[in-house]
Amino acid sequence: MAVSVDEAVATGPARDRTPSARRLGGRGRSVLEVVLLTVLAVVMLFPVLWMIETSIKENRDVYAIPAKFFNFTVTMDHFKDVFVAPGGGRSALSVAFLNSVLVAGVSTALATVLGVPAAWAYSRFSVKAKKDQLFFILSTRFMPPVVVVIPIFLMYRQVGLIDSKLGLILIYAAFNVPFTIWMMKGFVDEVPAEYEDAAMLDGYTRMQAFWRFTLPLLLPGIAATAVFALIFSWNEFVFAIFLTSSDGVRTAPPAIAGLIGGTTVDWGLVAAASLVFALPVLIFAYLVRKHLVAGVTLGAVRR
Amino acid sequence: MSDPVSLTTDRPGQVASTTPPAPGRSRHLSDRWLAVLFISPALLLLLAMSVFPLLWALYLSFTDYSATRGGPATFVWFGNYTAILASAQVHLRALTTLIYVVGAVALQTVLGFSIAYLISRRTHGRGLLTTLFLVPMMLSPVVVGLFWRFMLDAQFGVINSMLGSLGLGQVEWLTRQQTALFSLIVVDTWQWTPFIMLIALAGLTAVPKYLYEAASIDRASEWFRFRTITLPLVWPLLLIAVLFRAIEAFRLFDLVYILTSGGPGVSTETLSFHVYKVAFLGFNTGTASAYGILMVLIVIVLTQLYLRYLNKLKED
Repeated sequence: MAVSVDEAVATGPARDRTPSARRLGGRGRSVLEVVLLTVLAVVMLFPVLWMIETSIKENRDVYAIPAKFFNFTVTMDHFKDVFVAPGGGRSALSVAFLNSVLVAGVSTALATVLGVPAAWAYSRFSVKAKKDQLFFILSTRFMPPVVVVIPIFLMYRQVGLIDSKLGLILIYAAFNVPFTIWMMKGFVDEVPAEYEDAAMLDGYTRMQAFWRFTLPLLLPGIAATAVFALIFSWNEFVFAIFLTSSDGVRTAPPAIAGLIGGTTVDWGLVAAASLVFALPVLIFAYLVRKHLVAGVTLGAVRR
Repeated sequence: MSDPVSLTTDRPGQVASTTPPAPGRSRHLSDRWLAVLFISPALLLLLAMSVFPLLWALYLSFTDYSATRGGPATFVWFGNYTAILASAQVHLRALTTLIYVVGAVALQTVLGFSIAYLISRRTHGRGLLTTLFLVPMMLSPVVVGLFWRFMLDAQFGVINSMLGSLGLGQVEWLTRQQTALFSLIVVDTWQWTPFIMLIALAGLTAVPKYLYEAASIDRASEWFRFRTITLPLVWPLLLIAVLFRAIEAFRLFDLVYILTSGGPGVSTETLSFHVYKVAFLGFNTGTASAYGILMVLIVIVLTQLYLRYLNKLKED
């Protein structure tokens, strides 16, 4: 009660205004909010727009001082350079892109094949110390990559996995399995266990019930989970730069980062390569936008 | 609930349905075996690729092993640990990391929550706005780092160009000790504000409308509604987002590597970056392992905190 009295006093002056003035004030505030949001959106998106502009500018416009925002000659040369080597043939970057597709794709497939059954088992069965196991699994995902990479580097050197795609695939799969289990467990929890019970009453085994009744219902969830795993592997940089070195094995992130190694930097090429690299991620992220909250928190937070 | 399950497993032979499934060996797998069969491959991969390497690092951290020198490692026990904990260099990096983590996460939280609050008050164009704001978060740190490096370039960077046309002086964003760490915080904030925004927005849209309606009947002021309804209901979720970001910021390596490489001097060297230098440039593998294990301990503490709040949130 005391609270509402307090508030009545606080809103006192506003009540003195005529209704029309108040509505105007509300509208003014609303306009202010829209303006504020627009400014924030422009600030957030400007770097991306600038990247797009730079990628289609000719080199002399890229380095123009003061910067040219509108009056520049449009060229697609940088995008051509991303895929085609100066002397014709395939560029090192395009090889790196293919490597990225392979490594991200196979590691995601592996993580999905290992993670989905585990998630189902964790969801359906009473496993000893289930909570502890799940928390342990998630905490492996939080290990600092720079720390993990030291023993992994030594380990790979012993078994000959240094500078090989298989090595990258294995470590990416290991980093995506915890995510897949957590994310998929949420999806499995949403499918009633009664479906399987009913199927088993009809004479199917547990395995068949899973395969024929639950799995089809999980497919959209599996797709969303796999897309996130794909994005994580695609964007990964730390393991890639320490565990691979040769052009034939390197994935796109270290290859693009390698573009700034020399004395002069071709920023137009960097921009074009970054865009080509980022575009699939943005498209994929848009496809799974419904699950974004769960995806970016590694399946821990669900709406 | 458990009755029909136990019934069917007790009488596996009784198959009277119209579609009798083909008898196979899998029928004899009990639930327990099925659980083990389904879980163990994933756990084995984690043991091989996460647990075993960490145990190896733990072993190395007690030795003076060097990856280039090779040869047998001799035990120095806690020598590496005491050296690291007493090192003034490490203290400096810890301070840099602390400034960076606190600065970046605080900025992201304030900005991200503000944007989410503004978006949640709109009725039109919410989806489009959210999508646009989320773009930076989905980009690879490599792309983000490269691009900001270009924009912050002292000579032909667009930021200085804009400052110049406003009549302001030029700033050496990445090549000055005082500004480099600040630039790093700004870039990280640019990339991860959408993360906080996304989660805050999820919390804000989950607040039941009737609470606000009840409050407006009571003529509660906007600020009062925000303080007593919005904030308490969104706070638990926001806290999870903040902790998550803190862990990620603590682990950060790629952005530093691309943007400043720790420089100028050591002004932007975080703990992660320092571990890398000790391990891969100094090749003091033993020391680096001890350093890494100490970092892992901090991450474990933070993760425990995160999981505890997560558990609390799930139980409510």
